[in-house]
Amino acid sequence: MQYVIIGNSTAATFAVEGIRAQDKRGKIVILSDEARPAYGRPLISYYLYGRIALENTAYRPASFYAENAVEVRLNTRAAAVDAENKRVLLADGSFVPYDKLLVATGSRPFIPPTAGYESVERRFTFMTMDDALALERELSPDRRVLVVGAGLIGLKCVEGILDRVRSVTVVDMADRILSSILDEEGAALVRRQLEEKGVRFVLGDRVAEYAGNTARLAGGAEIAFDVLVTAVGVRPNVELVKEAGGAVCRGIVVDDRQRTSLPDVYAAGDNCESADLCTGARRILAILPNAALQGGTAGTNMAGGDAVFAQGAAFNAIGFFGSHIATAGVYEGESFTERGENSYKKLFWKDNALKGFIIIGDIDRAGIYTSLIREQTPLDTVDFELLKRHPALMAFAGTARAEKLARRQ
Amino acid sequence: MKVVYVNEKWCLGCHLCEYECAFANSGETDIVRALKDRVIHPRIRVEDGDGVHFAVNCRHCSDALCVKSCIAGALSRDEHGTVVIDKNKCVGCFTCVTVCPYGAIMPGADGTAAQKCTLCTENAMGEPNCVRHCINNAIVFEDRG
Amino acid sequence: MDPLFIYPEYEVVRDYDRCISCRVCERQCANEVHRFDERANRMLADSTKCVNCHRCVCVCPTHALKIVKSDDTYKRNANWECGTINEVYRQAGTGGVLLSSMGNPKPYPVYWDKLLVNASQVTNPSIDPLREPMETRVYLGKKTVKIERDEKGRIKDNMSPQLTLSTPIMFSAMSYGSISYNAHESLARAAEELGIYYNTGEGGLHRDFYRYGKNTIVQVASGRFGVFRGYLESTAAIEIKMGQGAKPGIGGHLPGAKITDEVSDTRMIPKGVDAISPAPHHDIYSIEDLRQLIFSLKEATAYKKPVIVKIAAVHNVAAIASGIARSGADIIAIDGYRGGTGAAPTRIRDNVGIPIELALASVDQRLREEGIRDNVSIVVGGSVRSSGDLVKAIALGADACYIGTAALLALGCHLCRTCHEGKCNWGIATQRPELVKRLNPDVGYRRLVNLVTAWTHELQEMMGGMGINSIEALRGNRLMLRGIGLTEKELSILGVRHAGE
Repeated sequence: MQYVIIGNSTAATFAVEGIRAQDKRGKIVILSDEARPAYGRPLISYYLYGRIALENTAYRPASFYAENAVEVRLNTRAAAVDAENKRVLLADGSFVPYDKLLVATGSRPFIPPTAGYESVERRFTFMTMDDALALERELSPDRRVLVVGAGLIGLKCVEGILDRVRSVTVVDMADRILSSILDEEGAALVRRQLEEKGVRFVLGDRVAEYAGNTARLAGGAEIAFDVLVTAVGVRPNVELVKEAGGAVCRGIVVDDRQRTSLPDVYAAGDNCESADLCTGARRILAILPNAALQGGTAGTNMAGGDAVFAQGAAFNAIGFFGSHIATAGVYEGESFTERGENSYKKLFWKDNALKGFIIIGDIDRAGIYTSLIREQTPLDTVDFELLKRHPALMAFAGTARAEKLARRQ
Repeated sequence: MKVVYVNEKWCLGCHLCEYECAFANSGETDIVRALKDRVIHPRIRVEDGDGVHFAVNCRHCSDALCVKSCIAGALSRDEHGTVVIDKNKCVGCFTCVTVCPYGAIMPGADGTAAQKCTLCTENAMGEPNCVRHCINNAIVFEDRG
Repeated sequence: MDPLFIYPEYEVVRDYDRCISCRVCERQCANEVHRFDERANRMLADSTKCVNCHRCVCVCPTHALKIVKSDDTYKRNANWECGTINEVYRQAGTGGVLLSSMGNPKPYPVYWDKLLVNASQVTNPSIDPLREPMETRVYLGKKTVKIERDEKGRIKDNMSPQLTLSTPIMFSAMSYGSISYNAHESLARAAEELGIYYNTGEGGLHRDFYRYGKNTIVQVASGRFGVFRGYLESTAAIEIKMGQGAKPGIGGHLPGAKITDEVSDTRMIPKGVDAISPAPHHDIYSIEDLRQLIFSLKEATAYKKPVIVKIAAVHNVAAIASGIARSGADIIAIDGYRGGTGAAPTRIRDNVGIPIELALASVDQRLREEGIRDNVSIVVGGSVRSSGDLVKAIALGADACYIGTAALLALGCHLCRTCHEGKCNWGIATQRPELVKRLNPDVGYRRLVNLVTAWTHELQEMMGGMGINSIEALRGNRLMLRGIGLTEKELSILGVRHAGE
């Protein structure tokens, strides 16, 4: 049995663990186009911020691949999947045969077509450690940085570099920052906090054109910069499956066992779609924990086990300069809001279940809210008034709590 | 594996476990030195309700969401099954805090890294200090599978 | 306003160098002695509310607390002691009877402490209980004196019902109501594990504890609380309570605050109203009446269960016991004046009754003289504090001892003597759920088992030392005792010789 995994990040790592839990002997080959072992991708901003040393960014101990008998082929790019003959065509023209294939190719930065972009001398995206290291080389206290995109990646990049450069300006088409995870009020609070740290925002506008080190905005303003980081979004890497004839929508289409429409080909991570348990709709839930769960599911199933991924939900934990934000689910239905000087909490519920939350500030025990979303616990079985005030297991009925606490889950 | 369980029926809500936890993980050998005039950051915490009290700490779930959610690979399971955290790797994103259904992993004292119960395997106590000092046998260290 | 402030007898002393303001003391004090003062940013204590139960001292993680005797004093007076004066003040303020709990604390002589135990030297070898059999098992009940045969010459089985104890110790009557559910569960489970008996007192038997029936003695007292057929049938023996050492001559008193739903159900009495059991049994005015009740109970239980008659040790105890021994009772339980209680008028607790040591000696002697000692077993209680007291009691003639206070101490009681207030911080003498849960029976029963096991080991050691290998051989063996510092009269009542004789 030969397992081949294309990609070497979270989904791939958990797939290895999933396979090895079932099959100790089959051969596992990982094909990675990067030069380094798996690392936590979100760590790249923390690395720039000085929160973690480069040598600590490895996602697993150095012994991981040897202990799991994994052959890792770094700097190896898969060019195509030959599903009919069950082999992966590499960029150098050679083949790797597989019995089971996992496509864990993640996503890549999206660069909006903008006039003059190619003329920018120091332009970066912010996705990989190589991106971060390249950007780091261009950081200096006299340089002005323009970050295009006020989303999770863009703003984490801002946090990483703010103290290492002269200024940072963020431009985003949306009229608020972190529009994918925050509502207006929450976004305004975080924006104020970031502005107090010295970040400058230009929102509701976009770069119409670059001219060397100047960005001309659609609204007419001009921003001079020395370094450009583009972080407006990502695109899933679906091509290998799509070109092999596999079903692809926005992301690779998989079932709840992470099987693509191609025989013996699985997909997991940011490149594929899964059901959002808050809405039922299938969409890309591009967050690291889902990649981990999907990878584990895929690995288990590839090796003959039976696992199902049914816990797809969007949730994020993020923070800037020591502040913290936790969000989850979707923002639909009735809501409850609690505001403080530097804090904000909003819970959303519908159909007798918690659907989502935004917490800025005290995120302590937010996982209890998340579990209510994941389990879609009927709110009439818990003390929701207590939960509104703060997350607590006390809110569960005694028997439910005993069930939770008296046994290991 | 053996983990810490709290029997709500016998938990008195005295909060001693919180202080004993803070002491156990303080690195000090004298409890007064360890805790006097300090704000404690225990890894076990007591919830108090109307006549109901119970302490909660890490359940060391067999399918631990925190481990799967950790962006740094800082959370892992050791050879005994104990879910442990590598402070050198934790960047304090607190995704784990956002996913733990028990609210049993929390920001540490300085807020830069998460902390959690590791069953006193990383201090000099030998056995979980909350269990040893529970005055009503409400906190037990048992293998319930 | 009454200007007579009574300074607390004991003061809470906090070592601020050690106090970490964890507030555990505050959470654990039902008397609300401790509180955290936000402004002063430290813990404060109000000693006027303190009952000196030592709960806070025990739970303080840094051992920052102690409770000391106050040095506040009125002008010293050997006759009018501070406590005596304060009691007058209290009564002048309230017009009420003073209430107390647990046993008589006054400095009357303790005869156990004036008796010494013998040991073998040279001529009669001692026995090592670790290497040789040492029988601590006892049977309580009427012993057959005569062998009777039927017409075919076979020995008739005319043995009265017996209680079998693995060791000559039982837990005294303590009612559910006066003590908590968890205290009862601890006693019941310990009795079962030890192969001994516990006693329901006059509080009825909670439905959950019928399963411990074979280790249970149920009480029938003057209030008849909780007595019904199932109660009598569930048990190993029935005890008629005529009196109690802590309050001879009066009945029981359970404050209404302790009568919760469960207590009310178990006792079959209204909730929240003081439960007063009458001073006498209203159907017993003579030994003949007592005999009627004994046989009613025997009849109700098919003569399968021994009947115990419990009396307080009072002046004519030997004559009373003689009557009881002829009344059909199988066991006489005698309770000395140091016996505990959940609530008693202070004056009665402190002034009525006689020491159990003297009562036991005179009863045993009297029954022997009258040739009816085998009619009954004798069980004594009323402050058997150690295995030393136990050995001496057996040598004075007891078949077994009841322990009550010692059992409560094992459960955490610190003898603060405020059981009657119902706020026992140790979860023993209380019915408040948040306090009751402080006594986890898993812990409590284990401590009781440990205590009795330890005493049994010590008992065996001392018996071995005397060269005696069974309780039978020690019982009433007063040659094994010598008095010290006793008068001729005391020695004569105790039936022992003076040390050195």
